Amino acid sequence: MKKFMTGNEAVARGAFEAGVTYASAYPGTPSTEILENMIEYKDDLTAEWASNEKVAMETAIGASVAGARTLAAMKHVGVNVAADPLFTWGYTGVTGGFVLVSADDPGCHSSQNEQDNRYYAKFAKIVCIEPSDSQECKDFVKDAYEISEKFDVPVLYRMTTRTCHSKGLVELGERKEVPMVPYVKQPLKYVAAPATARILHPVVEDKLKRLEDFSNETHLNRVEMNDTKIGIVTAGVAYEYAKEVFGDTASYLKVGFSFPMPMAKIKDFASKVDTLYVIEELEPFMEEQMKAAGIKCIGKELIPNIGELNPDIVSKALLNEERPTVSIADDKKVNRPPTLCTGCPHRGFFYALAKKKKVMVTGDIGCYTLGASAPLNSIDSVICMGGSISMAHGASQAFKKNDVEQKVVSVIGDSTFFHTGVNSLMTVAYNNSNTVHCILDNRITGMTGHQENPGTGFKLQGEASKQVDIPKLVEAVGIEHVVTVDPLNLKEVDDALEAAFAFEGPSVIITRWPCALKKFSEQDIAEFDLSPRQYKVDADACKGCKVCIKTGCPSLSFDSATKKAIIDPITCIGCSVCAQSCPFDAIGKVVK
Amino acid sequence: MSDVKNVLLAGVGGQGIILASKILAEGLIQAGYDVKMSEVHGMAQRGGSVTTQVRFGKRVYSPIIGKGQADILVSFETMETGKWLEFLKPDGKVVVNEFEIPSAPILACDADYPQGVIEALKEKSDVTVFKAGELAEGIGNPRTANVIIVGALVKAMGLMDIDWNAVIKKTVKEKFVDINIKALQVGMDQVK
Repeated sequence: MKKFMTGNEAVARGAFEAGVTYASAYPGTPSTEILENMIEYKDDLTAEWASNEKVAMETAIGASVAGARTLAAMKHVGVNVAADPLFTWGYTGVTGGFVLVSADDPGCHSSQNEQDNRYYAKFAKIVCIEPSDSQECKDFVKDAYEISEKFDVPVLYRMTTRTCHSKGLVELGERKEVPMVPYVKQPLKYVAAPATARILHPVVEDKLKRLEDFSNETHLNRVEMNDTKIGIVTAGVAYEYAKEVFGDTASYLKVGFSFPMPMAKIKDFASKVDTLYVIEELEPFMEEQMKAAGIKCIGKELIPNIGELNPDIVSKALLNEERPTVSIADDKKVNRPPTLCTGCPHRGFFYALAKKKKVMVTGDIGCYTLGASAPLNSIDSVICMGGSISMAHGASQAFKKNDVEQKVVSVIGDSTFFHTGVNSLMTVAYNNSNTVHCILDNRITGMTGHQENPGTGFKLQGEASKQVDIPKLVEAVGIEHVVTVDPLNLKEVDDALEAAFAFEGPSVIITRWPCALKKFSEQDIAEFDLSPRQYKVDADACKGCKVCIKTGCPSLSFDSATKKAIIDPITCIGCSVCAQSCPFDAIGKVVK
Repeated sequence: MSDVKNVLLAGVGGQGIILASKILAEGLIQAGYDVKMSEVHGMAQRGGSVTTQVRFGKRVYSPIIGKGQADILVSFETMETGKWLEFLKPDGKVVVNEFEIPSAPILACDADYPQGVIEALKEKSDVTVFKAGELAEGIGNPRTANVIIVGALVKAMGLMDIDWNAVIKKTVKEKFVDINIKALQVGMDQVK
């Protein structure tokens, strides 16, 4: 049977068919839907959200050591978080087959960088497999488990936004039950103390040689001979782009198993073609190794290592061909940047924060990163998950030591706080900086499309769970000044900020209100007043000052003809932030 | 490769573009084509632009299309049409749902919603314009606007030999089948 699937759905299906019984992940675009699609297979496998990627990696490692086929999934930058266990896991090898899916994001569609994670495979001395379409996404996962177990090696399964999110037809197979490998203690394999590690390192080097031999033989690395004037070595979705541009007019070595590279096969292929191109997305991962092996080829001299690749770039770079286009004048186009949604609980918080002057604000990764955009302009810096709290601490300590008067505030979401923010907060309490940390608890992981987390009360596959009590946790690490506020109440937020600024030592403000797009739980309905409401501008009272427009609500607009603000009655959900912002009380609740 | 056809759907989060492209892809698969579809997730719910690309033919390689490659540009929002026009073949077709959704800079009074977009489009390409929202209200369900647009798309692309009513039955909830079949027909009627 054929099914139209995204690459992410296909990976989940592949893991199911391969007999995987445990999977763990932290959500991150473009990887999130891999685990979400495992909900469907809950009778056969356990899939869970971990609090961060390192934890996801380690839980999956534990399951493999226990003897089960296991999968961990994360976005490219998540692998940075998981890198510590990854490198040693490369030394020890596996018991149950192990696949780490790294979903890279060339073009930074929803990421803070566009790192090429194939280098992690080389760095950690493990296998890299790169599927190029949905069918391969499913099939290669099954190969990956065979390879992982045969060679006692973890597999880095490198996907990119296009392989993750584009759909193609996939021929489905049956699940093969794979019994667990019976557990036995193997201290010389798994206790990675210095003495063991010194023994393991040469074993790994020897393994890489055997894997290179395998790479030259495996069907994952496939030659398609056509005309021999042009030969192309390519991998991942770049293969599809190469085929799109050159069709059957060139020969191909399609690399699906990209580390260790099939160098003998490539040399043989190179000897049969006149000109050899390497077409790969982002970095010259294959090209560098080929050139080091003495293979003459053309790659990044012509194809940029910046941004997402596409057939047009390949065509322009290698054939100097461009299609004719039509366009209309630029003054007929206006940008459409993403914004905080109508009714977003973060809006009230940021509106109040933006009014504070001489404050340095460190931000974090989530919907609330949009608090950095106009018109709120509240956040000064965003580096990585959980970084806001630690950065605020360091900044504050530096200001203090250098006698600079500067308030420092950090802003972080609930899921990101559980991810790594809590570690940072321990450092803050321990070293006692004069900082204000705001945890915006919207009762869900918002940005990636509403995943449960340790604070929401539910697990990935639907069961109810314990909830982290954020105020208690914050107090337990040693923060004495802790308040919880309604972020849609501007005065409450303002008072909390002033009290925190006045407090000597670290303080935490927790805002608690559910995401406006969330499917509310019974607990949400009981705790918050979520009854439908709506607000309206009294045109007679409106002075046209545009103060409300500065809240950046998508339901608010300004009619330049009448010089009055207007609220869209269809989309307004009555959060009331605009009404509180109005200096003339011109916005009121609609009484029904 | 020349037999591969390319459809570009553009609009704003929440307009039902994903469902529209699902219906289209389903019909094409039933007709025996190889199909690939690409969309970018992430920011769609937060007021950003949304596009999906559907490619079909005997064998489709790239999941994405480039500039000057779309056989048809189907836009769910007026201003978005102009932004994606560069992706259209110079002799391609444009179907526009005339409907304005102001973006953040416009709401913030930093820009005005552009005027004369439709006229500018008509100077450059073969454009079919209608107001799907009003047509949908006319048949009694404003939420069928996206299916009206699909109807116009399949007629403009000459895909009338596919049993679209059967596709609707397969892709929408049972109680909405009849109204969506009606919507599809209304959409088809918009294209000469």
